[in-house]
Amino acid sequence: MAKELLDKKDIERAITRMAHEIIEKNKGISSICLVGIQRGGVHIANRLRAKLKEIEGSDLPVGLLDISLYRDDLNVRKDQPVVRRTQVPCEINDQKVVLVDDVLFTGRSIRAAMDAIMDLGRPSAIQLAVLVDRGHRELPIKADFVGKNIPTSMNETVSVQLSEDGMEDRVVLE
Amino acid sequence: MNLRSKDLVSIKDLSAGEIEHIIETAAGFKDVLGRDIKKVPALRGKTTVNLFYEPSTRTRTSFEVAAKRLSTDVINIATSTSSVVKGETLLDTARTVLALGADIVVIRHKCSGTPHFLARNIDASVVNAGDGTNEHPTQALLDLFTMKENKGRIQGLEVAIVGDILHSRVAKSNIYALSKLGAKVRLIGPPTLVPDCMRDLGVGIYADMNAGLEGVDVIMMLRIQLERQGKGFFPSTHEYFRNWGLTAARVARAKDDAIIMHPGPMNRGIEIASEVADSSRSVILDQVTNGIAIRMAVLYLVSGVKE
Amino acid sequence: MKLFIKNAHLIDPVQKLDNICSILIEDRKIQEIHAQAAKGRGQGAKGSKDHKPGSVDEVIDARGMLVLPGLVDMHVHLREPGFEYKETIRTGTEAAVRGGVTSVCCMPNTNPVNDTPGITEFIIRKAIQEGSCSVFPIGAITKGQKGEELAELGMMFDAGCVAFSDDGRPVVDSMVMRRALEYSRIRNMLIISHAEDLSLAAGGVMNEGLLSVTMGLQGIPAQAEEIMISRDIALAELTGGRLHIAHVSTAGSVELLRAARKRGIAEITSETCPHYFSITEEAVSGYNANAKVNPPLRTKKDVEAIREGLRDGTIDVIATDHAPHHKDEKSGEFDAAPSGISGLETSIGLSMRLVDDGVLTIAGLVDKMTCAPARILGLSDTKGTLKPGADADLVIVDTEKEYTVNAADFRSKGKNTPFDGWRLKARPAVTIARGRIYRWE
Repeated sequence: MAKELLDKKDIERAITRMAHEIIEKNKGISSICLVGIQRGGVHIANRLRAKLKEIEGSDLPVGLLDISLYRDDLNVRKDQPVVRRTQVPCEINDQKVVLVDDVLFTGRSIRAAMDAIMDLGRPSAIQLAVLVDRGHRELPIKADFVGKNIPTSMNETVSVQLSEDGMEDRVVLE
Repeated sequence: MNLRSKDLVSIKDLSAGEIEHIIETAAGFKDVLGRDIKKVPALRGKTTVNLFYEPSTRTRTSFEVAAKRLSTDVINIATSTSSVVKGETLLDTARTVLALGADIVVIRHKCSGTPHFLARNIDASVVNAGDGTNEHPTQALLDLFTMKENKGRIQGLEVAIVGDILHSRVAKSNIYALSKLGAKVRLIGPPTLVPDCMRDLGVGIYADMNAGLEGVDVIMMLRIQLERQGKGFFPSTHEYFRNWGLTAARVARAKDDAIIMHPGPMNRGIEIASEVADSSRSVILDQVTNGIAIRMAVLYLVSGVKE
Repeated sequence: MKLFIKNAHLIDPVQKLDNICSILIEDRKIQEIHAQAAKGRGQGAKGSKDHKPGSVDEVIDARGMLVLPGLVDMHVHLREPGFEYKETIRTGTEAAVRGGVTSVCCMPNTNPVNDTPGITEFIIRKAIQEGSCSVFPIGAITKGQKGEELAELGMMFDAGCVAFSDDGRPVVDSMVMRRALEYSRIRNMLIISHAEDLSLAAGGVMNEGLLSVTMGLQGIPAQAEEIMISRDIALAELTGGRLHIAHVSTAGSVELLRAARKRGIAEITSETCPHYFSITEEAVSGYNANAKVNPPLRTKKDVEAIREGLRDGTIDVIATDHAPHHKDEKSGEFDAAPSGISGLETSIGLSMRLVDDGVLTIAGLVDKMTCAPARILGLSDTKGTLKPGADADLVIVDTEKEYTVNAADFRSKGKNTPFDGWRLKARPAVTIARGRIYRWE
């Protein structure tokens, strides 16, 4: 039985709040680059960029990052992850990178994403923005900007559905 | 999505979906090749063995670079200097290679069917780098990748393949792959080198190159092996070039935005005129770069198949 | 040794028998045959004579099975002398009797080649010592099978060769083949031709066609066989020699033989092998070297023409061209594997399917596998029939029970067969040859 945790309005408000937090922590957006983790983080990153642009009046670069080649479970998964595009239009060296993902869970995806970013250059700092933090970390990873904390049990699934993928905006617990 | 087989031995065994998946995966890998750090840890800890019974610098180097970019350890075995010369059988060599810890064996051999034999008999993934006059799957895949890059699609493309089709594993793999993905293939060359029975594959056959090139989107030139001249397939390279060499005039028969391809190495002045090889319509160097991306995709995907 | 076989459904075309009989054998010869009324016809019964208890050493009840004169396989490679790692006279003849074959003709492409009376005598002596069945050597046409000089055909014939062939190779030089056919008339010898135009076949490893192109393998066109058959027929006409065409494989070849028969060139006979009427070139798919054979497996059209050629009598004989090879040789690169199928132990099972399919009657099949070869080789006094006075070479065949071909169980050293795993019927239950009774369960 699926339970709706966030609806369209909740998501909008979360993104707005996260955008303000990003601006506050970084004293503006001139020094940062958003990087959305394929696939879940890409649309969130684009929405954050739109909101930041709306608030600050200036634009900032958004990239896509595929992490499948850096996963730690390539040997044990039954299904091979699909390799997608990586396009990061900003200089990584000495840049502040804000990684964006939809759901933070064990932390392993973020570990992979950090290794992938490091192969692109040496950022001055990496920050993490997630729409949902569902707990159960297996690695020492913490998000800097969280849309919503949602306690879950291990056998539940959190799925983020967005209109960019042709669905109603909502976050669902199954 | 997984490939169905741990081996890549033949395009004939791949579905259209699998071919498209490999090409898409290669696009992701091409991004890696554009970075400063051109390496990813995806196959860290695995070992790739290049077992080349036929001498080859380009293909072997391409596979070697691809394997290293994926962080595998690479062992090159050039059999002219090894125990094979002392009469070791194919199976014994393969088992030795396996005992050295090979996860992937890339094999090139002058006898058609050797990768099939290996794949049946060893547990490692077997990748065909060219077997006799049978197939050269990764070449066809990189050719299709290059066509897709330049034309946006494969379906409906008119592709002309010119030269010694009978003996060309590159041509055959391309014919199978292009047909599976809905392109229209034309074969152009002397009747001694383009067997009539290939019509049953659904391709057009032309001895007249000018007619054959009318309106095509892609011109793929094959290398002519000079030994074939001595065996009566055509009387001289001079006559060959007159009839089937790619000159600027012949290129003009194709569409204005047609691209020119060649698997390399080229015999300038025998199958292709120098100025044509260097023209802006030639994507021959792109093929080389794309070759590494495709081979990375193939190595990555066959490693992921658990049987 | 006295042996009595009762309830024997005997098929013997030479005696025009298709009846339940009793057979009395003594000292390796057929003593008496007593036939009941022909099956299903209800004529006046001759009566089946039973034996007096104690008068014979052994009784075999052949109820429910077919009894045939032992098969005569006129094209077998026993590999000895010189290639004993592939097969020996001992193992080859063991394979023969397992397959119901009681007479084999062995080809001369041994090492050394059987091109002298000395080698002929060696083979005959070895066969007497170690053979499970009768062995009749075929001598080489030319010295060393080089195709240049005639071998000593007369002396080899007197030493025991029943025919001559350079099989494995064609006789390329038409003048040499002409002289061979002319000279052969001194003893009315049989010249067996391996018909292959080497310049067309050069380097080929399978049938030429779309399949060979898409497998990247050099093909042998049907015309390589047909051109040579044409030539040999013309030379036979020219010289009056007796010509037998080995291993016919193509529709065009059958056409040529049919036309020659129509023209009345009576002394031309021919044979085909079970693989040419059972499977096509598709069998080499996946680079299966066990299906690599020369002449190669052909197309469906050719298979149908071969079957028709058997049906209408154009092809006289079914022989196996039993060609055993070591398993290491058939492993590895397809191009490098030697050609040949180990066929003695699947011959009758595959051939019986022609009867099931209505291509031949059972008597017709027995004729192709036994009577006709015996007649062509000049052995019909003692072989190819179970008339009184003939050799007691016979096979009792179970035609009902289905079994699965298992190459690993072959008596032959050669396990190279494309029929491994096939379900066949018609398996010998008992073979009697050289005075020994072989029973198989």
